[in-house]
Amino acid sequence: MTSYIVPFLLLIIFVTAVVKKVDVFGEFLEGASENLKTSFEILPTLVALVLSVGMLRSSGVIELLSQLASPLLEFTGFPEECLPLALIRPISGSGATAVFESILTQNSPDSFAGRVASIMVGSTETTFYTIAVYYGVTKVKNSKHTLVCALFGDLVAITGSFLITKYFFGI
Amino acid sequence: MMKWIFSAFVIISSVCAVLLGKTEELTNSLLNEGVNAVELSFYLLGGMCVWGGIMRVADKAGITYYLSMLFKPAAKLIFKDLNYKGKAFKAMTMNIVANLLGLGNAATPFGLEAMKELEKEEKTDDTASSNMIAFTVLNTASITIIPATAASLRAKHNAVSPMDILPFTLLNSLITLVLAMTLTVVVNKFRFRKSRRNEKK
Repeated sequence: MTSYIVPFLLLIIFVTAVVKKVDVFGEFLEGASENLKTSFEILPTLVALVLSVGMLRSSGVIELLSQLASPLLEFTGFPEECLPLALIRPISGSGATAVFESILTQNSPDSFAGRVASIMVGSTETTFYTIAVYYGVTKVKNSKHTLVCALFGDLVAITGSFLITKYFFGI
Repeated sequence: MMKWIFSAFVIISSVCAVLLGKTEELTNSLLNEGVNAVELSFYLLGGMCVWGGIMRVADKAGITYYLSMLFKPAAKLIFKDLNYKGKAFKAMTMNIVANLLGLGNAATPFGLEAMKELEKEEKTDDTASSNMIAFTVLNTASITIIPATAASLRAKHNAVSPMDILPFTLLNSLITLVLAMTLTVVVNKFRFRKSRRNEKK
């Protein structure tokens, strides 16, 4: 189904453009070269971001935090396998995929933990990456309450994935 | 903001690596991640060019204008004093459309263009405007209709029905979107009204 979206989108755009006598090729190149400049502008931001996230992942701090927090979460019934996923999801997309896959292998995709993890991955974004890259193209240094509001959203999504699984699939 | 996050990440990881005996892993990651970042930007670069070009064609054909008028009523709930005829709102609309359709690699180029145009239109200095904040939070809490990545990994690990999470991811991201945006709009109202008062003094 998803594979039909792109051809239809392109069809609508290009047919309309041709009908309206737009210089399709020239405008495409213009837009592409503008974004090329933007890409180079954000390269340093990406290096800093990928570097710091990579260091965080390799330092073992996520496992440490999960171990420290799991007794606190035990009485809520939140699956402890999903805790590292919840911690890594906002900072690293590829990191989250790796943790998600290990949950799917060790538990099954249709187990309780597997469902919580699936819903969590399916309804969250890589918050830090988004914030860093989006502000990276501007001169903004002070993003005010962006991070707090975004992390609040992540907290809601993580709690939600647990509560929804509990309510609809039971324990 | 980023300076605090960046230093915190580096300092915390260095301390933890020493305490947990992961110094070798940390050193390796320092050497490898630079390469990973360049790889990532090449990946991004292609998408940026493709979607930048398509956006420009769609814009000249008048499609982005019609789409943006479609989103105007919903946008009025979130954004304040936005120029709905400007380039920023068109790019924001395309970003939302790409997110809704699950075209992740298209959403980022549109989002970046929107941020640049917002900067120009709202003449921000080193502090984010309320609309920049609302737009960024919207993207971190973004709603995806089809959870394609999660479903494909579920299929790979033999889920009985990989797509059966769909109604629940939709419900979850809808709740998240509403709550996160409500918080943002309320905080925006409070903090930007206060700063405007200070300017008058």
